[in-house]
Amino acid sequence: MAASDTPFIANDIPYMERTRKFYRAQGYESDYVWAHFPTTPFIQPSKPLQESRVVAITTSMPDTELGRSNRTVYSNPIKPQPQSMYTEELSWDKKATHTNDIASFLPLEQLEALATEGFIGSVSPRFHCLPTEFSQKNTLEKDAPEILTRCQEDKVDLAILVPL
Amino acid sequence: MVVGSAMDIVKHCGVARYCYSDFPLGNPCGKPGNKVMQLAIIKQALGLFESAEAPNYTERTAHSWSEDDSWREGYAKIDDSNREELRLRGEARRAEQAANKAAGCSRSAMIAES
Repeated sequence: MAASDTPFIANDIPYMERTRKFYRAQGYESDYVWAHFPTTPFIQPSKPLQESRVVAITTSMPDTELGRSNRTVYSNPIKPQPQSMYTEELSWDKKATHTNDIASFLPLEQLEALATEGFIGSVSPRFHCLPTEFSQKNTLEKDAPEILTRCQEDKVDLAILVPL
Repeated sequence: MVVGSAMDIVKHCGVARYCYSDFPLGNPCGKPGNKVMQLAIIKQALGLFESAEAPNYTERTAHSWSEDDSWREGYAKIDDSNREELRLRGEARRAEQAANKAAGCSRSAMIAES
Protein backbone atom coordinates (compact mmCIF):
# COMPACT_ATOMS: atom_id res chain seq x y z
CA MET A 1 0.00 0.00 0.00
CA ALA A 2 1.33 3.44 -0.85
CA ALA A 3 1.04 6.42 1.48
CA SER A 4 -2.64 7.03 1.98
CA ASP A 5 -4.27 9.82 0.10
CA THR A 6 -5.87 11.89 2.84
CA PRO A 7 -6.06 15.24 1.12
CA PHE A 8 -6.41 18.65 2.67
CA ILE A 9 -10.06 19.59 2.15
CA ALA A 10 -11.79 22.93 2.07
CA ASN A 11 -13.06 22.63 5.61
CA ASP A 12 -9.58 21.99 7.08
CA ILE A 13 -8.08 25.10 8.63
CA PRO A 14 -5.13 26.69 6.75
CA TYR A 15 -2.98 27.19 9.85
CA MET A 16 0.18 28.18 8.00
CA GLU A 17 -1.59 30.96 6.10
CA ARG A 18 -3.31 32.21 9.24
CA THR A 19 -0.09 32.15 11.22
CA ARG A 20 1.78 34.12 8.56
CA LYS A 21 -0.89 36.81 8.66
CA PHE A 22 -0.92 36.79 12.45
CA TYR A 23 2.83 37.37 12.68
CA ARG A 24 2.64 40.15 10.10
CA ALA A 25 -0.13 41.81 12.13
CA GLN A 26 2.32 41.85 15.03
CA GLY A 27 4.90 43.67 12.94
CA TYR A 28 7.19 40.77 12.11
CA GLU A 29 8.84 41.26 8.74
CA SER A 30 9.89 37.66 8.19
CA ASP A 31 7.44 34.79 7.96
CA TYR A 32 7.76 31.86 10.32
CA VAL A 33 9.71 28.99 8.77
CA TRP A 34 8.23 25.58 9.48
CA ALA A 35 10.38 22.48 9.46
CA HIS A 36 10.41 20.80 6.05
CA PHE A 37 12.40 17.83 4.83
CA PRO A 38 12.76 16.41 1.32
CA THR A 39 12.54 12.86 2.62
CA THR A 40 10.86 11.25 5.63
CA PRO A 41 12.50 8.38 7.52
CA PHE A 42 10.35 5.26 7.78
CA ILE A 43 10.87 1.78 9.13
CA GLN A 44 8.44 -1.01 9.88
CA PRO A 45 7.99 -2.11 13.51
CA SER A 46 10.07 -5.12 14.46
CA LYS A 47 7.34 -6.63 16.65
CA PRO A 48 3.55 -6.90 16.58
CA LEU A 49 1.65 -4.29 18.58
CA GLN A 50 0.72 -6.87 21.21
CA GLU A 51 4.41 -7.29 22.07
CA SER A 52 5.49 -3.66 21.72
CA ARG A 53 6.31 -1.10 24.37
CA VAL A 54 4.86 2.32 23.52
CA VAL A 55 5.99 5.75 24.72
CA ALA A 56 4.11 9.06 24.68
CA ILE A 57 5.95 12.29 23.82
CA THR A 58 4.34 15.69 24.36
CA THR A 59 5.29 19.29 23.65
CA SER A 60 3.64 20.39 26.90
CA MET A 61 5.89 20.95 29.89
CA PRO A 62 5.58 19.65 33.47
CA ASP A 63 3.23 21.82 35.50
CA THR A 64 5.91 22.67 38.05
CA GLU A 65 7.90 25.80 38.83
CA LEU A 66 10.82 24.40 36.85
CA GLY A 67 8.66 23.23 33.94
CA ARG A 68 6.99 26.62 33.68
CA SER A 69 10.25 28.55 33.62
CA ASN A 70 12.81 26.29 31.98
CA ARG A 71 11.97 24.93 28.54
CA THR A 72 14.02 21.79 28.04
CA VAL A 73 13.57 18.02 27.73
CA TYR A 74 11.85 16.47 30.74
CA SER A 75 11.06 12.84 31.48
CA ASN A 76 8.46 11.89 34.03
CA PRO A 77 7.16 8.59 35.38
CA ILE A 78 3.75 7.60 34.02
CA LYS A 79 2.62 6.66 37.53
CA PRO A 80 1.12 8.52 39.17
CA GLN A 81 -0.24 10.22 36.06
CA PRO A 82 0.07 14.00 36.18
CA GLN A 83 -3.18 15.84 36.85
CA SER A 84 -2.13 18.80 34.71
CA MET A 85 0.54 19.90 32.23
CA TYR A 86 1.82 23.41 31.49
CA THR A 87 0.47 24.43 28.08
CA GLU A 88 -0.05 28.17 28.43
CA GLU A 89 2.79 29.21 26.10
CA LEU A 90 1.72 26.83 23.34
CA SER A 91 -0.39 27.75 20.34
CA TRP A 92 -3.59 25.88 21.01
CA ASP A 93 -7.03 27.32 20.40
CA LYS A 94 -7.76 29.10 23.66
CA LYS A 95 -11.07 30.41 22.35
CA ALA A 96 -12.53 27.03 21.38
CA THR A 97 -11.25 24.62 24.01
CA HIS A 98 -9.05 23.98 27.06
CA THR A 99 -6.28 21.61 28.13
CA ASN A 100 -7.58 20.71 31.58
CA ASP A 101 -8.07 17.04 30.63
CA ILE A 102 -4.56 15.84 29.87
CA ALA A 103 -5.84 12.69 28.13
CA SER A 104 -7.04 15.01 25.36
CA PHE A 105 -3.42 15.68 24.37
CA LEU A 106 -1.21 13.27 26.34
CA PRO A 107 -2.52 9.70 25.93
CA LEU A 108 -1.17 8.04 29.08
CA GLU A 109 -4.59 6.92 30.26
CA GLN A 110 -5.42 5.43 26.86
CA LEU A 111 -2.10 3.60 26.55
CA GLU A 112 -2.50 2.18 30.04
CA ALA A 113 -5.99 0.90 29.15
CA LEU A 114 -4.77 -0.58 25.86
CA ALA A 115 -1.90 -2.35 27.63
CA THR A 116 -4.35 -3.79 30.16
CA GLU A 117 -6.55 -5.19 27.40
CA GLY A 118 -3.52 -6.60 25.56
CA PHE A 119 -3.82 -4.36 22.47
CA ILE A 120 -0.21 -3.26 23.08
CA GLY A 121 2.51 -5.01 25.06
CA SER A 122 3.29 -2.31 27.63
CA VAL A 123 3.68 1.40 28.23
CA SER A 124 7.09 2.97 28.70
CA PRO A 125 7.64 3.73 32.41
CA ARG A 126 8.42 7.34 31.48
CA PHE A 127 6.88 9.85 29.10
CA HIS A 128 8.90 12.73 27.63
CA CYS A 129 8.37 16.46 27.20
CA LEU A 130 9.88 18.05 24.09
CA PRO A 131 10.05 21.87 24.05
CA THR A 132 8.73 23.63 20.94
CA GLU A 133 11.45 25.79 19.45
CA PHE A 134 12.10 28.49 16.90
CA SER A 135 15.49 26.82 16.56
CA GLN A 136 15.17 23.65 14.49
CA LYS A 137 18.84 23.06 15.29
CA ASN A 138 18.05 22.71 19.00
CA THR A 139 15.31 20.19 18.25
CA LEU A 140 17.29 18.19 15.71
CA GLU A 141 20.69 18.18 17.35
CA LYS A 142 19.93 18.32 21.07
CA ASP A 143 16.39 17.49 22.13
CA ALA A 144 15.39 14.74 19.70
CA PRO A 145 18.62 12.73 20.17
CA GLU A 146 18.24 13.09 23.95
CA ILE A 147 14.70 11.71 23.83
CA LEU A 148 15.84 8.88 21.55
CA THR A 149 18.51 7.92 24.09
CA ARG A 150 15.96 7.90 26.90
CA CYS A 151 13.55 5.79 24.83
CA GLN A 152 16.32 3.30 24.15
CA GLU A 153 17.13 3.17 27.88
CA ASP A 154 13.48 2.26 28.48
CA LYS A 155 13.49 -0.36 25.69
CA VAL A 156 10.73 1.42 23.79
CA ASP A 157 9.56 -0.03 20.46
CA LEU A 158 7.02 2.57 19.28
CA ALA A 159 6.55 6.29 19.92
CA ILE A 160 3.46 8.50 19.74
CA LEU A 161 4.27 12.19 19.48
CA VAL A 162 1.39 14.55 20.16
CA PRO A 163 2.43 18.12 19.34
CA LEU A 164 0.49 21.10 20.67
CA MET B 1 3.70 8.33 14.75
CA VAL B 2 2.12 11.75 15.17
CA VAL B 3 -1.39 12.36 16.46
CA GLY B 4 -2.28 15.94 15.70
CA SER B 5 -4.46 18.60 14.20
CA ALA B 6 -3.12 21.27 11.75
CA MET B 7 -2.74 18.92 8.82
CA ASP B 8 -1.06 21.49 6.60
CA ILE B 9 1.82 21.92 9.06
CA VAL B 10 2.34 18.21 9.71
CA LYS B 11 2.24 17.42 5.97
CA HIS B 12 4.69 20.25 5.26
CA CYS B 13 7.14 18.72 7.73
CA GLY B 14 6.56 15.09 6.78
CA VAL B 15 6.17 12.33 9.35
CA ALA B 16 6.28 8.56 9.16
CA ARG B 17 2.66 8.01 10.24
CA TYR B 18 0.00 10.61 10.94
CA CYS B 19 -3.38 10.29 12.63
CA TYR B 20 -5.23 13.52 11.89
CA SER B 21 -7.86 14.99 14.21
CA ASP B 22 -9.89 17.77 12.66
CA PHE B 23 -10.31 19.48 16.03
CA PRO B 24 -9.38 22.86 17.47
CA LEU B 25 -5.68 22.88 18.36
CA GLY B 26 -5.22 21.52 21.87
CA ASN B 27 -7.07 18.21 21.96
CA PRO B 28 -5.84 15.96 19.13
CA CYS B 29 -6.38 12.86 21.29
CA GLY B 30 -10.09 13.57 21.69
CA LYS B 31 -12.53 15.98 23.25
CA PRO B 32 -11.90 16.77 26.92
CA GLY B 33 -13.93 14.43 29.09
CA ASN B 34 -14.91 12.08 26.25
CA LYS B 35 -13.04 8.95 27.33
CA VAL B 36 -14.64 6.73 24.68
CA MET B 37 -13.49 9.04 21.87
CA GLN B 38 -10.02 9.44 23.40
CA LEU B 39 -9.50 5.69 23.55
CA ALA B 40 -10.82 5.18 20.00
CA ILE B 41 -8.44 7.78 18.55
CA ILE B 42 -5.35 6.29 20.17
CA LYS B 43 -6.42 2.80 19.13
CA GLN B 44 -6.81 4.02 15.53
CA ALA B 45 -3.43 5.76 15.73
CA LEU B 46 -1.67 2.63 16.96
CA GLY B 47 -3.27 0.70 14.11
CA LEU B 48 -1.20 2.80 11.69
CA PHE B 49 1.89 0.95 12.90
CA GLU B 50 0.38 -2.11 11.23
CA SER B 51 -1.25 -0.54 8.18
CA ALA B 52 1.32 2.03 6.99
CA GLU B 53 3.79 0.79 4.41
CA ALA B 54 5.33 4.09 3.36
CA PRO B 55 6.15 7.45 5.00
CA ASN B 56 3.56 10.21 5.31
CA TYR B 57 0.82 7.62 5.67
CA THR B 58 -2.18 9.54 6.99
CA GLU B 59 -5.57 8.65 8.37
CA ARG B 60 -8.30 11.09 9.33
CA THR B 61 -10.29 10.17 12.44
CA ALA B 62 -14.03 9.75 11.99
CA HIS B 63 -14.83 12.08 14.89
CA SER B 64 -16.10 15.61 14.57
CA TRP B 65 -15.76 18.40 17.11
CA SER B 66 -19.31 19.70 16.93
CA GLU B 67 -22.19 20.13 14.54
CA ASP B 68 -21.51 23.85 14.63
CA ASP B 69 -18.41 24.79 12.60
CA SER B 70 -18.01 28.28 14.06
CA TRP B 71 -14.90 27.22 16.02
CA ARG B 72 -13.00 27.12 12.72
CA GLU B 73 -13.10 30.90 12.40
CA GLY B 74 -11.65 31.90 15.76
CA TYR B 75 -8.02 30.79 15.67
CA ALA B 76 -5.54 33.61 14.95
CA LYS B 77 -8.39 35.82 13.82
CA ILE B 78 -7.47 39.38 12.85
CA ASP B 79 -10.08 42.10 12.62
CA ASP B 80 -10.59 45.71 13.68
CA SER B 81 -11.25 44.63 17.26
CA ASN B 82 -7.70 43.34 17.83
CA ARG B 83 -5.47 44.93 15.16
CA GLU B 84 -3.97 47.54 17.49
CA GLU B 85 -3.62 45.05 20.34
CA LEU B 86 -1.65 42.72 18.04
CA ARG B 87 0.67 45.53 16.93
CA LEU B 88 1.41 46.40 20.56
CA ARG B 89 1.84 42.74 21.47
CA GLY B 90 4.44 42.37 18.72
CA GLU B 91 6.37 45.40 19.97
CA ALA B 92 6.36 44.04 23.53
CA ARG B 93 7.39 40.62 22.33
CA ARG B 94 10.35 41.95 20.35
CA ALA B 95 11.51 43.92 23.39
CA GLU B 96 11.29 40.74 25.48
CA GLN B 97 13.22 38.75 22.88
CA ALA B 98 15.95 41.41 22.78
CA ALA B 99 16.20 41.34 26.59
CA ASN B 100 16.39 37.54 26.62
CA LYS B 101 19.10 37.60 24.00
CA ALA B 102 21.08 40.21 25.94
CA ALA B 103 20.74 38.03 29.04
CA GLY B 104 22.24 35.09 27.17
CA CYS B 105 19.08 32.97 26.74
CA SER B 106 19.58 30.63 23.80
CA ARG B 107 15.96 29.49 23.73
CA SER B 108 12.94 31.72 23.45
CA ALA B 109 9.33 30.66 23.86
CA MET B 110 7.06 30.38 20.86
CA ILE B 111 4.38 32.96 20.26
CA ALA B 112 0.89 31.79 21.08
CA GLU B 113 -1.45 32.62 18.19
CA SER B 114 -4.51 32.97 20.32
